[in-house]
Amino acid sequence: MSASVDFQEAEYATERPLLEIKDLAIGFTTSNGEVNAVRNAHLTVMPGETVAIVGESGSGKSTTALAAIGLLPGNGRVAAGQILFDGEDISNASEKRMIELRGNSIGMVPQDPMSNLNPVWKIGDQVRETLKANGLPSGPDDVAKVLSQAGLPDAGSRAKQYPHEFSGGMRQRALIAIGLACQPRLLIADEPTSALDVTVQRQILDHLDKMTTELGTAVLLITHDLGLAAERADQVVVMYRGQVVESGPSLELLQNPQHPYTQRLVASAPSLASRRIQAAKELGVETDDMLAPSETGVVEPAKSDDVLQIQNLRKVFKLRSGLGKSTDFTAVDDISFNVKRGTTTAIVGESGSGKSTVAQMVLNLLTPTSGKIIFDGVDTSTLNSKELFAFRRRVQPIFQDPYGSLDPMYNIFRTIEEPLRTHKIGDKASREKKVRELLDQVALPQSTMQRYPNELSGGQRQRVAIARALALDPEVIICDEAVSALDVLVQAQVLNLLAELQTRLGLTYLFITHDLAVVRQIADRVCVMEKGKLVETGSTDDVFESPQQDYTRALLNAIPGAGLMLPPEMDVA
Amino acid sequence: MSTYILKRFLQLIPVFLGATLLVYFLVFSLPGDPIVALFGDKPVNEAVAAKLRMQYHLDQPFWMQYLLYLKSIFTFDLGQDFSGRPIAAVLGEVFPVTARLAIMALIFEAFFGIVFGLIAGLRKGKLFDATVLVASLVVIGIPIFVLGFLLQFTIGVQLGWAKPTVSSAATIPDLILPAIVLGLGSFAYVLRLTRTSVIENMNADYVRTATAKGLSRFQVVRVHILRNSLIPVITFLGADLGALMGGAIVTEGIFNVPGVGNRLYRAVLSGEGPTVVSIVTVLVLIYCLSNLLVDLLYGWLDPRIRYDS
Repeated sequence: MSASVDFQEAEYATERPLLEIKDLAIGFTTSNGEVNAVRNAHLTVMPGETVAIVGESGSGKSTTALAAIGLLPGNGRVAAGQILFDGEDISNASEKRMIELRGNSIGMVPQDPMSNLNPVWKIGDQVRETLKANGLPSGPDDVAKVLSQAGLPDAGSRAKQYPHEFSGGMRQRALIAIGLACQPRLLIADEPTSALDVTVQRQILDHLDKMTTELGTAVLLITHDLGLAAERADQVVVMYRGQVVESGPSLELLQNPQHPYTQRLVASAPSLASRRIQAAKELGVETDDMLAPSETGVVEPAKSDDVLQIQNLRKVFKLRSGLGKSTDFTAVDDISFNVKRGTTTAIVGESGSGKSTVAQMVLNLLTPTSGKIIFDGVDTSTLNSKELFAFRRRVQPIFQDPYGSLDPMYNIFRTIEEPLRTHKIGDKASREKKVRELLDQVALPQSTMQRYPNELSGGQRQRVAIARALALDPEVIICDEAVSALDVLVQAQVLNLLAELQTRLGLTYLFITHDLAVVRQIADRVCVMEKGKLVETGSTDDVFESPQQDYTRALLNAIPGAGLMLPPEMDVA
Repeated sequence: MSTYILKRFLQLIPVFLGATLLVYFLVFSLPGDPIVALFGDKPVNEAVAAKLRMQYHLDQPFWMQYLLYLKSIFTFDLGQDFSGRPIAAVLGEVFPVTARLAIMALIFEAFFGIVFGLIAGLRKGKLFDATVLVASLVVIGIPIFVLGFLLQFTIGVQLGWAKPTVSSAATIPDLILPAIVLGLGSFAYVLRLTRTSVIENMNADYVRTATAKGLSRFQVVRVHILRNSLIPVITFLGADLGALMGGAIVTEGIFNVPGVGNRLYRAVLSGEGPTVVSIVTVLVLIYCLSNLLVDLLYGWLDPRIRYDS
């Protein structure tokens, strides 16, 4: 530990912590008895400091933060320990005391901007009641001021609109305005940007940083993204299965993680991995984080041609605008690119960029308005129903939501066997053998066959979806946000599996994603889409090292942790 | 907005024509000769009968009768009932009574349904909630004529708290007991609907956010839980107004209320086509209008579905 850190700690010691959580245990009463969601949690937030709690879903990070503002769900309670806010134990404070504290002493910015604003009240009303409840002036000018401070343009007239007239980013700004309206001393930000596009995420977090610095607000930031936590917070607290496993100054924790879980987290957070790849490139060394095989090291498949050629593809949707009128909406606007056999091509873009529409057209689920999709030399729009059936066998999808894309009434065997049965491949015995092989390939035990989707975790389900996609020995797999819904560690496992299957089976991937950090790890080529247009395309290295377009640069800068200096090698002892 | 309302009014035209035609046809197909029935036990005077048949167009074929009836509507002359009184006057007499009864029932079911439902929802799983749930199930399960006679006997006859039957003036105090009986079934529905909706909204993210703002429990309930929970309830109540007007037949029979239901029942029995059709048509129109009102209310309560396009 360096001398400067010691000095800082000495200085802090004279100051009282704003929030101190000691040996906190939180229990939930369920039909199966008491469940401990959090055990022995401890953390300290100094005035004006930003502390991040990092962990995967179910780690207890949100529960801990909600306990600090007295908002545990009905069946949850603090079973042991203390929550000291400015020296006062509020772990079992009366509701009256909590109402006094909420808003003007402890504010909150919640996770999902879509569900956290009441749809039937104007934005201005929802800000006004916050000011009013905490005894602050709440005229229209005060409301507009609070909103414009949160970076909402034209706040006066925006205040008269309803939440559904706002975009996700604007709603989140309104929620930040509400959270900071009464200038609380502590702000609890529960995954404040995880539902937003990367570039919007960056803007919002920058603005939140600026505001809390100006107001001297301490922030308790809850996030699943270690890169984001390290970039934004002074201190990081890592939680795993309800316990704090490690805490310390962010950079120190990243560079020298002590607990095995933290080490795994550091190794697999895509934002950090892509940062390490970058560092490795600059130093000219090899790194394990690169999942896409480097050009020299691969065994080229027998045929090395363009398995997919997309030519001048366009898709126009008619939007109904009342009384038989309609307006055209161009979702995909004249895009062309080729996909080489045995490689991974990523299409990246924010929501609404048209990337999923491209995927659906390639899968022949949507008909292009104009342009061609040539698969293995044949224009897919000319296929008759029999040829289309054969085409489906060669091009398979993996979708985003591992919960929605598996039939809950089918057991896993039936799910994976279904494509084989549909395409009348083999007899009953050979199909069962094939399913067993597929489960081996995706590293699931064969006993999984008799189970149902609701008995599996998200990562296991996504493995089942991969096995199903592989059942027909396809040549091309379209992954539409295939890992976006998974926790980082699981995400890393699934990405590794996909990379391994590619080298073994010579698969071609078309990878649709909004997450550039994942692209960095897995893709050979990148196509960047913005508002239906292809703005940049090139090899992953070229695009990441010398982006040509402002939009691409903005996307790259938005990967959390961009400012972190990390060594290319990760010692996972 | 005005285009939307205009469109909805234009839609009333086919509904009106369809409803009158259907009802007219049903009355026409009733077995028995209404004119013969008028003579009761006395021998039928053929000359008088023929004159009456001509007066009520009963000698004409069905289509002719229907068209003549439509013509009479558009000339604002609905004709006379069998006792010789103008039908328009009959309508003017019975509808205010039933409207009073239905509105009183609506106020009863809305007020108590929402209040009880809100409390039950906020105290989910507690004693009050359980009691109210069971009681509402009992109310829904028992037919209205059983409940009606039961309350008439206990409250009206045994306890003497209210008059067991309604006077011909049908004043508001007279109508309290019938209104409660009429509204009981819907009261149970409103209660359950409010309760479910409150429970759903209590767990909404925006309610948690509202609490985090520092609002008191009362403010959170009033501003964020109650209004959002009322959206489906108001929809039900609006549609129920029409149903209460038409559904008052049984209640009016039990308490002898001189309203629409009573008169309609007598008209059906005596086969007075024009009277039946006139009453039913007005009921249909009220039903359509209250549905329109619901749709407008819905847009007012939930800004996401305003009819601006």
